[in-house]
Amino acid sequence: MRDFLKRANAFLDAPLNLGPRVLVLAAALALIPTFTSPLYTMTMFAPQYPDGLRLQIFSYKLVGGNNGQDVKEINVLNHYIGMRDLVSEDFGEFKWMPFVIGAFSLLFARTAVMGKMTHLVDSMVLFVYFGAFSLWSFGYRMWSYGHDLAPTAAVKVEPFMPPMYGYKQIANFEVYNYPALASYALGASAFLLLVAFFLAARSARRSA
Amino acid sequence: MRTTRATEMSRFGILAMAVFAVACAPSAPKGAQKSGGATSDVAIAAQKTYVAPGDLDEYYFFASGGHSGQVYVYGVPSMRHLSTIPVFTPYPATGYGFDDESKKMLGDLTWGDLHHPALSETAGDYDGRWLFVNEMNGRVARIDLRDFKTKQILGPIPNVSGNHASAFVTPNSEYSVMASRFSIPIPKGTVAGVDKYATDYKGVITGIKIDPKSGEMSFGWQVLMPPFNYDLGDAGKKASDGYVFFTSYNTEKATGKLEVTSTQKDRDYIAMVDWKLAEKSAAEGKGKMIGGVKVLDPKEIPGLVYFLPCGKSPHGVDVAPEGKWIVGSGKLQGVTTVFNIEKIQTAIKNKNFTGDEDGIPVLKYEDIKDAEVAVGLGPLHTQFGPDDWAYTSLFVDSAIAKWKLGTWEVVDKVPMSYSIGHLSSAEGDTVSPDGKYLVGLNKLSHGRHLSVGPSQPESSQLVDISEEKMKLLYDAFTEPEPHYAQMIKADKVKPIEVYPKEENKHPYAIWDVKDAGVTRNGNKVLVKMVAVRSTLTPTDFEVKAGDEVTIAITNIEQTTDELHGFGLLDYNINIVVDPGETKQVTFKAKKSGVFPFYCTNFCSALHQEMQGYFIVR
Repeated sequence: MRDFLKRANAFLDAPLNLGPRVLVLAAALALIPTFTSPLYTMTMFAPQYPDGLRLQIFSYKLVGGNNGQDVKEINVLNHYIGMRDLVSEDFGEFKWMPFVIGAFSLLFARTAVMGKMTHLVDSMVLFVYFGAFSLWSFGYRMWSYGHDLAPTAAVKVEPFMPPMYGYKQIANFEVYNYPALASYALGASAFLLLVAFFLAARSARRSA
Repeated sequence: MRTTRATEMSRFGILAMAVFAVACAPSAPKGAQKSGGATSDVAIAAQKTYVAPGDLDEYYFFASGGHSGQVYVYGVPSMRHLSTIPVFTPYPATGYGFDDESKKMLGDLTWGDLHHPALSETAGDYDGRWLFVNEMNGRVARIDLRDFKTKQILGPIPNVSGNHASAFVTPNSEYSVMASRFSIPIPKGTVAGVDKYATDYKGVITGIKIDPKSGEMSFGWQVLMPPFNYDLGDAGKKASDGYVFFTSYNTEKATGKLEVTSTQKDRDYIAMVDWKLAEKSAAEGKGKMIGGVKVLDPKEIPGLVYFLPCGKSPHGVDVAPEGKWIVGSGKLQGVTTVFNIEKIQTAIKNKNFTGDEDGIPVLKYEDIKDAEVAVGLGPLHTQFGPDDWAYTSLFVDSAIAKWKLGTWEVVDKVPMSYSIGHLSSAEGDTVSPDGKYLVGLNKLSHGRHLSVGPSQPESSQLVDISEEKMKLLYDAFTEPEPHYAQMIKADKVKPIEVYPKEENKHPYAIWDVKDAGVTRNGNKVLVKMVAVRSTLTPTDFEVKAGDEVTIAITNIEQTTDELHGFGLLDYNINIVVDPGETKQVTFKAKKSGVFPFYCTNFCSALHQEMQGYFIVR
């Protein structure tokens, strides 16, 4: 047991080579698109909306297509089924998410500079936790919008869950929901950390 | 024997009858064009006019609505009616003439005879910004093509009576013109018997100034003319830029039964007005005050107006694309005359006048014409195509003649059903006509449509002019009464589909249901109302009998096609509000009771629920 801890300590203390450090730095840079691009895009078609209604979800805002008009239209339509209005103020995530992503870039940069396995593990674990939490939070929000319907609604519909990935028919709407560039950037960042970790772990084992 | 003879005689009788039957007139005239044409032609015509569901037409066609006071918008080549733009007449379908603003614009007149739409031009070409239309009561209106709405009605302009030769615009939309069709003693209100016609009655030509940025129209200048009947006009362009031409009939200055008294002379005149000189003279303060405006007298301003003699009782005068040739059609003749602006200018320089009419010099017909083209009987109007092609409508012949500028050769004719008046080709009165399509605007349609009783529609026939031979493509039946029309390439017009919220400057516009409500100030009640799917807020409100009620309705939608209406029963109130628009109506709550209001323009699944109560105690 003691021997294992010793080895673990040694492993965590292992310095990072240039390769993993560069990859961790790249992981920090990969987060930049999350400040400029949407995480998710939702597109809805109906016979009356042949051009579709579009919704972009950024880490810090909601943007409707057609100069913001689409989100208003979605809200007008949703009021008939008693759904709450989609408004940026409702999304607590928009307040902390950009800050947290910024903190992650700093944490990754710190890892690249300080250069120990322990920093890399911290970055990775926290980032995976953040990613999983965000995904759950987004999913839960979608679920609650689709389930928390006013009992006085003019049109009663079965509570619904929009698709998290792909297509679903909801009443007269074809709803498509797909992750967008910022989500892929988060994924890419996680992937770079993972590769950095494997490279670092391999060289740590070799030198041990 | 007797019986034999009788039999023979009856045989002879039958033979004679047979011969008689054989000699009978055909059941249809030669060249009758019921759809009996070659099958391949029909198939080609169908293909050329068929615009598949969801596809768009190539051209906008703005047809005058005549005494309906409206403009009808069609798509070419499908000839589908797309929209009606009310101008001089209330139109419940869009609430026009019911809200305060449009009611004020219409004034006391709820009728107008709209004849000649003119698209705004830049360098002699359509720019797709505005459509100007005239009306016989002496008014001109501007339709903004950004939203296809009437924005301004100017007039009645003093002194002009029977504004027929209008609303033609100059090549950079500097002016839209007006002229008297019915000369009267001026200023309006002056009384003189028709026995004083030649001396006391006056014609008036007017230039309406157009603001180059906003399109806002204002009075420009006015020219005093002899008491002729000014009929149609066209502005010079390129070689003839700076002039505007008007045909006139009744240069006999006759009264009474004009069909006889005004057709005695062999020639009448085309008046050629130097509008740049008119503008300059007006700016210098020349002219005398008549009816509240300064009127220029051609006697005092040499060079302001000249008369070009033209074939008897001319109707249309049309300037060819390069501006060199001016085509004047004497409607009681078989020829149309082509004048040459260079010859006109030379004759003016050499003072080759045959005399004058009330001090206006008359040029010599032979000096200024290039050709008399034997187009056919009753030539009225001419439109143009590329490559010097000209198309003249023939009222009496009921046909269109195709001929060439320069060679003066008539190459083709196509029959029209029936009695064509104006015609309009694709951008056919600009400096660069497109060719392709031509619409004949016919006065009679009898027998070519399902019968709809005695009040028959007019007929507008689409003609393919892309090839050497003209081909009739399609019959459309238009509401009375198309006179002139304008055909513009669709991509030149760029309409909005909702009014952007930021542009709404109405003082009572509100954008949140929370701001809707009623405020009272003495006996004046202001209701700020929001229309959005599917509620009109407030849903009910009360006033006292005798109150002056103003309801301002804002449609807070920003979605295409989400119009809302406000129909108030028993109060003759019918408002339609486009997305992003605020409309206001003011009225006296005369009757007490409970009056339902509701959304008239079907908007949503819960449209029927979009209703409320106006309660007058």
